[in-house]
Amino acid sequence: MIERNVKLMQGNEACVEAAITAGMKFYAGYPITPSTEIAEISAERLPKVGGKFIQMEDEIASISAVIGASIAGAKSMTATSGPGFSLKQEGIGYAVITETPCVIVNVQRGGPSTGMPTAPGQGDIMQARWGTHGDHSIIALYPWSVKEIYYTTIKAFNLAEKYRTPVILLLDEVIGHMRESIELPNEGEVEIYNRKKPTCLTEEYKPYKVKEGDIVPEMAGFGEGYRFHVTGLVHGETGFPTNNGKIAEELIRRLIGKIEDNKDDIVETDEYLLDDADIAIVAFGSTARAAKSAVDTLREEGIKAGLFRPITIWPLADKPLVELAKKVSRIVVVEMNLGQYYLEVDRVAGKYTKVDRFGRVNGDLITPQEIVDFVKEV
Amino acid sequence: MPSQLVKEYFRTENLPHIWCPGCGNGIVTRAIVKAIDNLGLNKDEICVVSGIGCSSRASGYLDFNTVHTTHGRALAFATGIKLAKPNLNVIVITGDGDASAIGGNHLIHAARRNIDITTIVFNNNTYGMTGGQYSPTTPTGDKGTTAPFGNIDTNFDLCELAKAAGATYVSRSTIFTTNMLIKQVENGIKNKGFSFIEALTTCPTYYGRKNRKGEAVDMMVYLKENAINIAAYDKLSEEQREGKFVVGEIYKSNRPEYTEEYQRIIDSFSKGV
Amino acid sequence: MSTKTQASLIVEKNWCKGCGICVAFCPKNVLEIKDGKVNIKDLESCIECGQCELRCPDFAIYLGGK
Repeated sequence: MIERNVKLMQGNEACVEAAITAGMKFYAGYPITPSTEIAEISAERLPKVGGKFIQMEDEIASISAVIGASIAGAKSMTATSGPGFSLKQEGIGYAVITETPCVIVNVQRGGPSTGMPTAPGQGDIMQARWGTHGDHSIIALYPWSVKEIYYTTIKAFNLAEKYRTPVILLLDEVIGHMRESIELPNEGEVEIYNRKKPTCLTEEYKPYKVKEGDIVPEMAGFGEGYRFHVTGLVHGETGFPTNNGKIAEELIRRLIGKIEDNKDDIVETDEYLLDDADIAIVAFGSTARAAKSAVDTLREEGIKAGLFRPITIWPLADKPLVELAKKVSRIVVVEMNLGQYYLEVDRVAGKYTKVDRFGRVNGDLITPQEIVDFVKEV
Repeated sequence: MPSQLVKEYFRTENLPHIWCPGCGNGIVTRAIVKAIDNLGLNKDEICVVSGIGCSSRASGYLDFNTVHTTHGRALAFATGIKLAKPNLNVIVITGDGDASAIGGNHLIHAARRNIDITTIVFNNNTYGMTGGQYSPTTPTGDKGTTAPFGNIDTNFDLCELAKAAGATYVSRSTIFTTNMLIKQVENGIKNKGFSFIEALTTCPTYYGRKNRKGEAVDMMVYLKENAINIAAYDKLSEEQREGKFVVGEIYKSNRPEYTEEYQRIIDSFSKGV
Repeated sequence: MSTKTQASLIVEKNWCKGCGICVAFCPKNVLEIKDGKVNIKDLESCIECGQCELRCPDFAIYLGGK
């Protein structure tokens, strides 16, 4: 019989354990509530697996060190919250244009600015998408339980490596701090993806050339004999900067396309009692837990409700949302902000069905009863 | 056809460089390469990290593992690279604005950690890439496009800053005293810890013109005539020091190096396994 | 007395931006600026000290033997 490894874990702890399972060898961070445990546990765990932890002087330094370590060949992660996530945007843009894999955890809190440091919030949906300047695409994942934090963290690393992109893991403060028992996989039970490295002659290596049949360019690590240049300036296949508009357009379209054209692989959603549903509640993270409970209550009262839960927030799950919109008479988007995801749902689903929003920003969780009452009201 | 040195260490396909006529950045860049050549280092094990600004464009011309990062962050990127691959010789190329304004925090903390990175600041006393605004090293009273009535800021002494922050090798040279600069880069790379080398260079196009300092040659003559070696400088009175600046190896010390200290922690867990 | 050849001091004219630094600091007055670029006017006087190569910002002049 296979021995099962069941552990009681905090969400932030599950994140670190999963990162190590995924191959994380470098973490740089700066203390900020409510993500600090991720740094603390990484500091404790990494040297024991031959990895490195460093507390940098600020948030920008942390993301910069993470990108540097990844370019050098180490799978890398940082974690932060609200104000720190704002500061990380500079580095996220650099990771996008240089196609450097890395994972950025944002344990959200109430904002803007210092906002409500210890209160939950889901107000960084749009910042995750558009926080850094310029046209780009991004991957952002949003788990709803400790167990799912574990699996989405591994997925975040895998997607980062596969698509050579920063991946954002959005956590709710309450889930980051919640304890649940989870069954950890045994070695070999989880799929781990590692960046594809070049095998060509060193003088033939073009660091930003995509081979036919590949999604992204092969990525050498520093010190492996492939001497190459990395720049945040627009660059061609050689990696050197250019002002050529044609090359710029090709690069930006390729960076966006590698994510938007592979939604079938990237996008993951979950649903509950949607088969015969008349009303669909769309929610993510901790709010989805309340929504699931609300669905049960509504069903008991004879209202055919169901839950649609995007685990991949970005790129948008537009196809599943359209399919959903075509079969229900109403969609209610519930989130701890004043309608950030709602705007996207309404954009793609609004022409097929009525879309309503229920949001709040007072630092209190949304309760199942409040969702029930709102659904009945509309 | 370029020289053997240039052919060996430069990406000649990217030359000529973007720097203005008479800009000293090329002199410093060549000095760095000459130092690397003198030390006989393996190109595959050299990583050059730069920030943003005129001088930071140097990384793109050099045939090593090179990263042209974001403004001010070269040392933060370099810290991640060095920790991930401690066997790499990590060299940071940065400017006065990049290193001491937007990147000032990263500079003092890299020095404090004594991480084995050699930082060479191309100090031209101005923001050249954006057209000559005053920087943290623009002398008080000098002009910049954003200091049209004269700079009222007090300028940094970058070497004193690096020394106070904990760098274990601190030196200064100029683009006139090129051999001294080459030797300093060699010694900085050899130092197992954070090395800080200030290379005084010139921006004839913006800083020079704005402050009526003459042509490239005149600015170089100024560096030649006012640089005093540290041994001689120490013997000068306050009055004699007026308008002069010190060059040479300003400070050296021995302290535990960051990546070695971290490795000791890792090793303490792998013992007996 | 050996006559110096063109190979002992080499100029890469395409890279020269004509700043005049090499001309100004040459101890033997070997160089000049002609049509905006460096020109070797008196190769015989060159003592191969390498001052020009050390201070050329454009990597446009160098001693040939090295």
